Amino acid sequence: MSLLERRLIRETSFGLAGKLWRISWTYVLLLCALAGVGYAALYSAGGGSAEPYASHHILRFAFGLMLMLSIALVDIRFIARLSWPAYAVAVTLLVLVLHMGHVGKGAQRWIDLAGMQWQPSEMMKIALVMALASWFHKASWEQMGNPLFLLPPALAVAVPVVLIVKEPNLGTAVIVAAVGAAVFLAAGIRWWKVGLIAAVIGLVAPIAYGHLHDYQRARIITFLSPESDPLGTGYNIIQSKIALGSGGMWGQGFLQGTQGNLNFLPEKQTDFIFTMLGEEFGFVGGVAVLGLLALIVLGAMGIALRCRHQYGRLLALGIGMNFFMYVFVNVAMVMGAIPVGGVPLPLVSHGGSAMIMVMVGFGLLMSVHVHRDVEFGDGRDNP
Amino acid sequence: MRRESKRTGVFTRRALLLVAGQLGALGALATRLYQVQVVDGARYATLAKTNRISERLIAAPRGRLLDRFGVTLAGNRSNWRALLVAEQTDNVDGTLDNFTRLVPLADHERVRIDREVRRHRRFIPVVVRDFLDWEDMARIEVNAPDLPGILIDVGTTRLYPFGSTLAHVIGYVAPPNEDDVAEDPMLALPGLRIGRAGVEKYYDLALRGRAGVAQLEVNSVGRVVRELDHQEGMQGQDIGLTIDSELQKSVLARLGDESASAVVMDCRNGEVLAMATNPSFDPSLFNSGVSQAQWIEWTSNRKAPLINKAAAGLYAPGSTFKMVVGLAGLQAHAITQTERLNCPGYLDIGDTRFHCWSKGGHGLLDLRGGLKNSCDVFFYEVARRTGMDNIAAMANRFGLGVKLDIELPNARKGLVPTREWRIAQGKAWNIGDTIVHGIGQGFLQLTPLALAVMASRLATGRAVLPHLTRTIADVLQPGSRPEDWPPLDLPERDLRAVRDGMWQVVNEPGGTATIARLTLPGVQLAGKTGSTQVRRVTREQREHGFKSEDLPWEFRPHALFVAFAPHDAPRYALSVVVEHGNAGAATAGPVARDIMTDALTIDPIGRREPPQRVAESITPGAPGREGSR
Repeated sequence: MSLLERRLIRETSFGLAGKLWRISWTYVLLLCALAGVGYAALYSAGGGSAEPYASHHILRFAFGLMLMLSIALVDIRFIARLSWPAYAVAVTLLVLVLHMGHVGKGAQRWIDLAGMQWQPSEMMKIALVMALASWFHKASWEQMGNPLFLLPPALAVAVPVVLIVKEPNLGTAVIVAAVGAAVFLAAGIRWWKVGLIAAVIGLVAPIAYGHLHDYQRARIITFLSPESDPLGTGYNIIQSKIALGSGGMWGQGFLQGTQGNLNFLPEKQTDFIFTMLGEEFGFVGGVAVLGLLALIVLGAMGIALRCRHQYGRLLALGIGMNFFMYVFVNVAMVMGAIPVGGVPLPLVSHGGSAMIMVMVGFGLLMSVHVHRDVEFGDGRDNP
Repeated sequence: MRRESKRTGVFTRRALLLVAGQLGALGALATRLYQVQVVDGARYATLAKTNRISERLIAAPRGRLLDRFGVTLAGNRSNWRALLVAEQTDNVDGTLDNFTRLVPLADHERVRIDREVRRHRRFIPVVVRDFLDWEDMARIEVNAPDLPGILIDVGTTRLYPFGSTLAHVIGYVAPPNEDDVAEDPMLALPGLRIGRAGVEKYYDLALRGRAGVAQLEVNSVGRVVRELDHQEGMQGQDIGLTIDSELQKSVLARLGDESASAVVMDCRNGEVLAMATNPSFDPSLFNSGVSQAQWIEWTSNRKAPLINKAAAGLYAPGSTFKMVVGLAGLQAHAITQTERLNCPGYLDIGDTRFHCWSKGGHGLLDLRGGLKNSCDVFFYEVARRTGMDNIAAMANRFGLGVKLDIELPNARKGLVPTREWRIAQGKAWNIGDTIVHGIGQGFLQLTPLALAVMASRLATGRAVLPHLTRTIADVLQPGSRPEDWPPLDLPERDLRAVRDGMWQVVNEPGGTATIARLTLPGVQLAGKTGSTQVRRVTREQREHGFKSEDLPWEFRPHALFVAFAPHDAPRYALSVVVEHGNAGAATAGPVARDIMTDALTIDPIGRREPPQRVAESITPGAPGREGSR
């Protein structure tokens, strides 16, 4: 590494202007566009009015954007030191919510903090990625072959997954597990272990099914045959499909969706916001939104690939994976492709704490991007 | 150095693998979206429109019936009732058993509930018990855990503040049958009632109003998910009747225990002020279903409490028909006003002898005297000279034997025979038939209402028709002013002669009904008695000192009386029929006198008729009425 290059890194890493310059404004613009889609959808969900959803949505996004940019300027090495503390806090909150959180829609998920209701599981997703990235930061390829080395991070995944299942919130637990698995995979876990784990899951799943809550089981049954109980749990999916279907290729037009506006659609402003969009803007609009979401996922993955230290790579990949899982679960859910599971569409659905946590995640992602070339102990690649 | 690049390479490969997986998954979502939105889109779009919205009707409150002063005669009140939703309980019988322990259910109620539960889908509520009082409701609420599937809600029920006093005019409401429901789907709603008799039936459509519509989202088995839209229905119209509820009450009281009926009309405009039939019944019993025992009691009662005798009871008018016969004679120039006829006590036509009620005869009488003494022979002779067809035509002009447009669906037309009618029956019309019709016997069949109309027309010379409707939805209906009715087109002189005769009946010494003379100062009543045999009296009986009082009740003659007052400025006309009351003068006369006294003296101060808008188009003589038949 040349002296010049080292100086360059130092300058760009620690100057405020340089940091601002290194922020990917294109990416920020994509996020703004997605929030704009959310505004339009919530405006329609509010019956053609900014109240009660859209105006709050855009205010929260503005706040989230400031938060994101602030976090982006924080040195990634400092953030890395906060990984395990953040993880500890998140686990504590998860335990707390099980004992004193209040019940919403049949599950203990929420906790009151700073005037808002938070789902600790949202925070857990990011904290877990940070903790895993921190653990694997210094891990060599050889170390990744050592099962004893993999045991602590595996436990770090298992603990929150079990806690979230107990809430119970199956959907989020699956997302957390999937994100953890993605980080493991990217960190270099051997393929045969991946195969082994997959096999174990395949064997355990039927047994675990026996321990599921009734409503969780009902969701899975409903998923397999939504028409079997149209008014019970399958009702949401059928209504959602009907609304999407009535959108057709080009949609019924902005504010013209009948199913959403006649309140056929349940929870149209939260979980089923994509259905609103699909009904009013049709297949074309739906695919456009999916394209925008794909660009954001790809951008996160691109940031991961461009980063030159393992912590940043794993963190960016984990956050990108988290966002992808949100999108996939939500959209697949409203189309009846997977069981319904209380997962919002990030930056589009109405909901405060979820959006803040998503923006915190993007703040970390952007910090990775800003600090992609910094000197970072053993984890940094030599050019 | 190598370490790191190995690790980086693995990361890059696996990250790209993940990206490929993510893109593949999003691509799959897009494909799925195409399937749902474009390929299956049409099917779902149809589903969206047809399958999900169901219109459900909401009952409109039934219009009220008011008397002429705005007093409620039929209203609505809240009805707290217990409903059973079968699907909310595992054991319908168990729930009902528990319910019976709290609020006893009769066996026939259990049978009805079981039948309805079987017939309806399990989420449709079935009425278990209507008209719960607070105590029952409290008992049910406290024991709610033992009564799964039972819920309490409030509907409306018909309220008749005057009960049996007006039962025959107002009629009653009862649960609709299947044909009714086919006509108006609103009637399928639980607790809804349809007018089954009287004004309630006549004005059923107007009173019923229009059902509201709630657009509901329902699932494929019809269970309601949520309400989407709510259109208020139109409340039924209030109908203001011509009835004076105070007068009605006193008229019914005057009838006492007799099987009798009376009609009081405003003779200037045909408004029926009171129409009473005794005995009566409690109309609210029909609301919840009449018990078998009650029904048997009603139908086996020889005084027939369910029949509106005032409008549907048919009686031979007897001597009350004599005014019509006299007028027919004058009109046909068969007699003159002053012409005197001799009554020797009988009239022989061919080899048949027709007796006068006075064995010794009345001697020479003119028309006024004939009426005053109610001489039969005089009117035998008038009828003989006039002929039945002329008499029938005159009767029809007085509203007898013609259809009267009264707002009572079961009102009867009665019968005034003509020769043609008799020949159409395949029989010959004999001169003897004409003779007996001269004194209101024979085939004549008239209702007390028709007799009251006759009295009104005699009093005013106008062709008033009886009606019960004064206002609809606060709009005064045509027919409430005397000018709305055309004159009868009879010479005033002829009418005056008949009225004089009626005045003499009551007010001159020797008149047949001096008992009916009013005791009010300065007001006099003109009237006519009548008594009609139910069974033929043979000459043998007559010669053996026959007394109708000795007959069993159901064979005694009916007693009739028609009257109007004040005789010089007629305001009220009435008819009274006391079934099997023997002589008209002795039985019906005092009743008529007392009723007329009430009509004249019930103080209208403080009971001013409420101001009403007049209907825009007034067709003189033809009171237009809305509503159904």
